[in-house]
Amino acid sequence: MDPKAFVLGCSALAAGLATLSGLGSGLGQGIAAGKAAEAVGRQPDARGEIMSTMLVGAAVAETCSVYGLIIALILLLANPLVALL
Amino acid sequence: MDFSNKNLGVLFRIGDETIYFNQTHLSTWIVMGMLLILAVIVRLALPRFSAVPRGFQNVVEALVEVMSNFAKSTMGERFEGYGGIYFSIFSFILVSNYSGLVGLRPPTADLATTAALGLITFALIQIGGVREQRGQYLKSFFKPYPIFFPINLVGELSKPVSLAFRLFGNMLGGVIIVGLVYQMLPLALRFLLPDVLHAYFDIFAGALQAFIFTVLSMTFIRQKSVTD
Repeated sequence: MDPKAFVLGCSALAAGLATLSGLGSGLGQGIAAGKAAEAVGRQPDARGEIMSTMLVGAAVAETCSVYGLIIALILLLANPLVALL
Repeated sequence: MDFSNKNLGVLFRIGDETIYFNQTHLSTWIVMGMLLILAVIVRLALPRFSAVPRGFQNVVEALVEVMSNFAKSTMGERFEGYGGIYFSIFSFILVSNYSGLVGLRPPTADLATTAALGLITFALIQIGGVREQRGQYLKSFFKPYPIFFPINLVGELSKPVSLAFRLFGNMLGGVIIVGLVYQMLPLALRFLLPDVLHAYFDIFAGALQAFIFTVLSMTFIRQKSVTD
């Protein structure tokens, strides 16, 4: 087998696996949105403050999935493993 | 498909290395030019501002006031001055993120731009910490026990990295997804369908990420500047 093809194929697979890091942050963001909806239901006056707090929290929770995305992008666009062949 | 930063021309050569002029440079200069022109317009209008604001002056004063009130509420009364610094950073990130709407490559979709912004925040955190805590600042790395020093150090160094990667990953992800959809659609459908994606990835996520960067930077600076 062509070693380069093997490395590239494995990299594509690894990139797909790396995007699975979105799983946790997606769950977390869903929980945060649900809790925010609950909070708005309990206190409709504080809607603006709850919204901004939730958005900041959700964006911070998104960081770990962004790290996964960056690993996937490095594997796809600037593969460091091919240079080792 | 190629979503990398394309080179548009050669800037200069150092030995064997060639430094290229790429898409990020182009859009960064356009964004900076727009903001500079706006700033010059405001500066020229400044002598004609009256005590009772009207029209254009109203907008400018409202923007500045919103930002310093925001700095006051996130960081405390003493840190109102940070509102000015982060107003400029916020507007740069916001206009950069929105530059994708007119077909430019957003400067924030390049790690070099976001790393520079992250390092500015890192420098401000350290300066604020040293200025407010003096000798106590170095000691704060050895709290609660000296054995925590490596953890505290890594925690401190990861702040600019996480700020830079969050912005970079979100914007580059948007560029790639929108680019893939454009490639997928036939020419006739490219006018209406991607608008929804632009609305989410450029307008919503762009504003949100600019806001997040500002809020997190201010919170980080406050953490190190206030001793309690």
